[in-house]
Amino acid sequence: MRRLIYFVLAFLVWVLASWPFVDGQVDLQVIVAGVIASALAALLFHDILPKEHHVFVSPIRVFWMLAYIPVFFYYVIRANFDVVYRALHPAMPIKPGIVKIKTNLKTDSAITALANSITLTPGTLTVDLTDDGYLYVHWINVKSDDVEQATQAISTRFEWFLAKIFE
Amino acid sequence: MSDVIGYILVAVGVLFNVFGCIGLVRFPDVYNRLQAATKCVTLGTVLLLAGVAIASGVGATAAKAIICAVFVLVTSPTAAHAIAKGAYASGVKLWDQTVVDKYAEQAKGETSRLA
Repeated sequence: MRRLIYFVLAFLVWVLASWPFVDGQVDLQVIVAGVIASALAALLFHDILPKEHHVFVSPIRVFWMLAYIPVFFYYVIRANFDVVYRALHPAMPIKPGIVKIKTNLKTDSAITALANSITLTPGTLTVDLTDDGYLYVHWINVKSDDVEQATQAISTRFEWFLAKIFE
Repeated sequence: MSDVIGYILVAVGVLFNVFGCIGLVRFPDVYNRLQAATKCVTLGTVLLLAGVAIASGVGATAAKAIICAVFVLVTSPTAAHAIAKGAYASGVKLWDQTVVDKYAEQAKGETSRLA
């Protein structure tokens, strides 16, 4: 099952990247090469790819994934205006530090998505994570060094979505 | 029409890249600079690619631009974690006006998952 899902995903990427639709016709050579390449990729690398492959076939999870995209981009754009403001302001209003936050997410994919979301959103950059569910986050404008309050300010808004998608 | 929207997106993307670079030069230490570099350059590049996709219409170029945008979105923050952690591990000091460093306790321990 996992090999099949990764085969379909790899083939989708192949079709998009090589675009075999010339003059309304499908180029069969490209498709055959794509099937072989995707099958090899899925067979050889299925055990190093994420173990949460079921999220791609569950309609509810895919729905939450799509719903997460606008939320994510809203925070990314806000993050950018935040950085631009701090970079262009003559006095450079920054107050950096590394804080510790707690996450309740368990699966590897969910924690990866959380860490990447934190990095791309206002004023925060994930530095490291521990086995027992803590993340170390570099915060450009530290409001609180308390674990609870920092978690509230940084990660709670993503955790709800990511739990729906991955857990 | 889609040409105009595409060019506007490309222009905004380049603008964000420029602001990211200004931040890269002005911020005081590696970690703050990474913040500017990661956020602005990621959004700038994604907007650039989105502009290319919209200006070129449905086809091979648009499909490749969208794939590139997805890969940039996934890999750029991951690279930032690796650089930040590597910088800390090799002893790059935080800025002298840094207010808190909770990571100091962890850097000595062995429980890290990102070995």
